[in-house]
Amino acid sequence: MRPTPLLLALVAAGCASAPAATVPAQAPIPTSTTASPAPATPAAAATNLVPGAYSRPNADPFPSTYAPFPSRPTVIRNVNIFTAAGPLIRNGAILIQDGRIAAVGASVTAPDNAVVIDGAGKYVTPGLIDTHSHLGVYPAPGTAAHNDGNEATAPVTAHVWAEHSVWPQDPQFPRDLAGGTTTVQVLPGSANLIGGRSVTLKVVPSRSVQGMKFPGAPYGLKMACGENPKRVYANRGPSTRMANVAGYRSAWIGAEEYKRRWDKWLAKPEGDPPSRDLNNETLAEVLRGNILVHNHCYQADEMAQMIDIAKEFGYKIRSFHHGVEAYKIADILAREGISASIWSDWGGFKMEALDATKANVGLTHVAGARTIVHSDDASYSQRLNQEAAKSLAAARVAGLSISDEDAVRWITANPAWALGIESKVGTLEVGKNADIVLWSGNPFSVYTRAEKVWIDGAMLYDRLDPSQRWRTDFELGYVPNDGGNR
Amino acid sequence: MRATSQLRLAALALVTATSLSAQTIAITGATILPVSGPRVENATIVMTNGRITAVGANVTIPADAQRIDGRGKWVTPGFINSATTLGLSEAGSPQFSGGYSDGSARGDSGIAASFEAWKGLNPANTYIAPSRQEGVTSVLVAPNGGMIGGKAALIDLVEATNAAAMVRKAPVVMVGQFSSPDGGQTNARAEFWAKWRTLIADVRAYQGRRAAFESGNTRDFATKQSELEALIPVVTGQLPLVLDVDRSTDILAAIDFAREMNLRIWLSGASEGWMVAREIAAARIPVFTGAMNNIPGSFDQLGQRQENAALLRAAGVTVVLIGNGPGDPGSFNVRNIRQEAGNAVAYGMLWDDALRAITLAPAEVMGVADRVGSLQVGRDANVVIWSGDPFEFASVAERVFVQGKEFTAKSRQQMLTERYLTLPPSYRRP
Repeated sequence: MRPTPLLLALVAAGCASAPAATVPAQAPIPTSTTASPAPATPAAAATNLVPGAYSRPNADPFPSTYAPFPSRPTVIRNVNIFTAAGPLIRNGAILIQDGRIAAVGASVTAPDNAVVIDGAGKYVTPGLIDTHSHLGVYPAPGTAAHNDGNEATAPVTAHVWAEHSVWPQDPQFPRDLAGGTTTVQVLPGSANLIGGRSVTLKVVPSRSVQGMKFPGAPYGLKMACGENPKRVYANRGPSTRMANVAGYRSAWIGAEEYKRRWDKWLAKPEGDPPSRDLNNETLAEVLRGNILVHNHCYQADEMAQMIDIAKEFGYKIRSFHHGVEAYKIADILAREGISASIWSDWGGFKMEALDATKANVGLTHVAGARTIVHSDDASYSQRLNQEAAKSLAAARVAGLSISDEDAVRWITANPAWALGIESKVGTLEVGKNADIVLWSGNPFSVYTRAEKVWIDGAMLYDRLDPSQRWRTDFELGYVPNDGGNR
Repeated sequence: MRATSQLRLAALALVTATSLSAQTIAITGATILPVSGPRVENATIVMTNGRITAVGANVTIPADAQRIDGRGKWVTPGFINSATTLGLSEAGSPQFSGGYSDGSARGDSGIAASFEAWKGLNPANTYIAPSRQEGVTSVLVAPNGGMIGGKAALIDLVEATNAAAMVRKAPVVMVGQFSSPDGGQTNARAEFWAKWRTLIADVRAYQGRRAAFESGNTRDFATKQSELEALIPVVTGQLPLVLDVDRSTDILAAIDFAREMNLRIWLSGASEGWMVAREIAAARIPVFTGAMNNIPGSFDQLGQRQENAALLRAAGVTVVLIGNGPGDPGSFNVRNIRQEAGNAVAYGMLWDDALRAITLAPAEVMGVADRVGSLQVGRDANVVIWSGDPFEFASVAERVFVQGKEFTAKSRQQMLTERYLTLPPSYRRP
C-alpha cells in the first residue's frame, strides 16, 4: 500500500516553503470594520492609494479583472442561517440582490421577480474562506512542469508573487467551490524564510488569474519559521534556527533603508527617484502596513520570537499558519491581536509538529485568540466544514464550551479578517457580498454536502444541475464526465 | 478557560479505570449494531473473559456482571483500519527528525517480499492511543514501496510491551503494486507487468527445484532466494496479494494477471475502479479504497471521485474502506476511518455497508471474521460504546474494549491538552 500522502505533500510541495515577494505597494482595503492595517506614513495618507501605490511607474501592474457573474434576485426561505455574526436563525430567510445580501432575518420581503428557494431542513452559511491554499500553484495533476509554489533558490524571495504561478485551469478550483469554499488565499510554499506575495482569489472560472483576484483584497507576505527553511538551505544556510532569525532581520533592515529612501523621495519628488527593487518594494509595503504578514510557524517558542521581530521592525503579523502549538501561547496571540490559522487534526509528521493536539483549535479559541481552521491541502479545503466539526467535537471532549456559531466563524468571519476582506465577506450581514452556501443539512454533520453556492449573488454551483457544472479546460477529454460529478 | 466540569470528571474516571478483562461486563439498554445481523434496540451485550458471551434484546445478565448503562448509546464492533503504518513511524523523517520510519525495506531491486514490517512495530508509538480512543481496535500494518513492499499483519490495539503480543494474524497479505513501473525499476507498464510474470514464474520454478537451486544447478532467477521463498505462499494461493492500482486499464491488467498466473489478489487504491466495477465484481476481487478523494492527482487518477467506493459496492464488489486522502490517514490519523465511512455514505454508500466496510468486510477478507468484525457470541470483545451515530463528528467513543479490556492509557495529545487547559504555575511567569 502506498506511503501516506501527507508526508509526500509536505516534502514535495505546499507546506514546505514559501517564496517571498516584492514590489508595488498595496493599498489597505477601504472601510474595514475591524483592525485592518492603517497606512503607516504621511506619504501614504497623501497618496490616492490603489494596489501598488508606491511603485513607480505602474502602481498596480496586475489589476483584478474580476466582475461578478450574472445574478438574479434570490430568496431562500424556511432555512436555518448561520450568519457568523450572531445566533443561529432558525427557519429564517435571506434575500440576495444585486450581488449583495439585501436582507436576512426571521422573514424577509422579496421582490416579485425573485427566485424562491425552499430551504426546509437545510442550512445557510457564508461562503467558506481558506487562509492557506496552494491551488493553482501546486495544481492537479501533480507534475514537475506545474510545480510552481516554492522558489527554493534563495532563502529570501520577497520579489516573487504567487499569482504569477497560478494556473486557473487547475481542476482543484471547481472541487473547492463544490465544497462551499468561495475565497482562498494562495500562498507561496514554505521553503523560504520570506517566500513571496500571496494572492486572495475568488473561486471562480477564469481564463486568467486576474479574473479571479478578489477586488481590493490586500496582498499577503508569506514567511516561514523552523524546519523547512533550515532543511532546504542546510548546505548554504540558514542551517539553524538562529540563522533563520538573522535572515529575517537582515531582510527587514534592508527594507527599512529602502523605505526611508523612497519615503524621502515621495515626500519631495524631485530629481530621479531611487532605484526600484522588487524584493524591498514588497517588504517596505509590509512596513507601511499595506501587506499582511502570514507566517508559517509551528512552535510556540518560535512564534514568540517572530512577534518580537515584528515589534523590532514595526510591522504586524496578521496570522500564524499551521501553529500546531498555538494553544501553548494562545493568551499571547490574543493579547497581540494575531490570528491563528491552524489544522483540525494534523500532526506528528515532523519534529516541530510533534505536540499537535486535536484540542488546538478549541484551546486557542477559548483563550480569546482569533481562531481559523485552515487547510494547506486541496482536499481538506473542500471540507472546511468537516474540519471545523472535528475541532468543535474535540474541544467539547476536552471540556471546553464553544457554540456552533463560534465554530462557524473559524471558517468564515475569522479567515475573512486574516485576509483583510472582512468588510466584504465572511458574515451574512446586509450589504455584504452575497457569497453564500446552501447546505443539505447541518454543516457540522458528516452527511451534509454543499447544495448550492453563490458568489456575489451568482449561483456558480448547483449540485442538482450537473449540466451547468464548472469544468476546467484540463478536465475536458481527460476527466470522465461522471467523474466530474461533485 | 471555561470547562464543563462534568465532562472532565467523566474523562478522568475513564482514564483511571482499572482492567476489566477478568470480569463480566454487561452493556444494557443500548442500540447494538452487530454488523452480522440487523441492529437491535434496547439490547444487551455481555463480555466475559475477553469474549462476547451474549448479545440481543432478551439476554440474562449474570449476577456478578458489572453493568454499564447503555441507554441512548450505540454499540459497535471496534473498527478496523485496513491500510496503516501505525506503530512503524513517528516524527517524520528519521534523517532529519530523529524519529523512526520502519514501513519500507530496501529489498532486492524493488522486491522486499520477505519483509515482515510488523516485527519492527513500536507498541509505545504515541499514535496508537488516539486511534483506539476513537474506536479503532484493529489495524492492518502494511509495508510500502517498491514493486513488492512486503507482508502485512493485522494487529489489535492492545497495550503490550512487544509487537508480537499485538498480532492478531500474520501474515495477512503480500503487498505489491501494479501501476508504477518506477517501483519495479522498469520504465514502462508492459515491461513492469512482464517483470511480474517472470517473477511469479520463477517462484514456481524455484519451488519445484529447491534442491537443484541449493546445489547451484538452476538458471538465474528474478530475485534472491529469501524473496523467492517468501513468495511461495503467494503462488500456492495460501497468501493473497494486494496490488495498488489506479488507472482503469491497470485494474483490468491486474485482473488478467491474476487469472493468468492463478493468484488470489485484492486491489488497493483503485481510483478508477468505478469505471470497471463490473469486471472487478465478476472477478470477485475485494477493493480497498476511500471516499474522500476526488482529485485527479496524476494522469493515472483522472477519474478519481468520492463516489468510487459506493459505486463499487453497488456493483457487488466487496469494499473495504481505507483512508485515501491527505492528513496521514494511515498513521497519525488512523482515527479518521469513521470520517471516511461517513463520507462514503454522503457520497452514496448505504449506511450499513459503510459500517460493514470498516468492520466485518475487512475481517472476512482477511480471514479473521471468526474473531473480530462483528458482535456475535464467541467473538473477541472488541467493543465500542458510542454516544451516538459513530460516523458523526459530534459522537464520542465513550468506552473502548479490546479483547474485553477497557483501555486505560492516556494519549500524549490528552496530556498536552490537560497541561494547557490550565497553564501550570511554572509557565505563568512572563
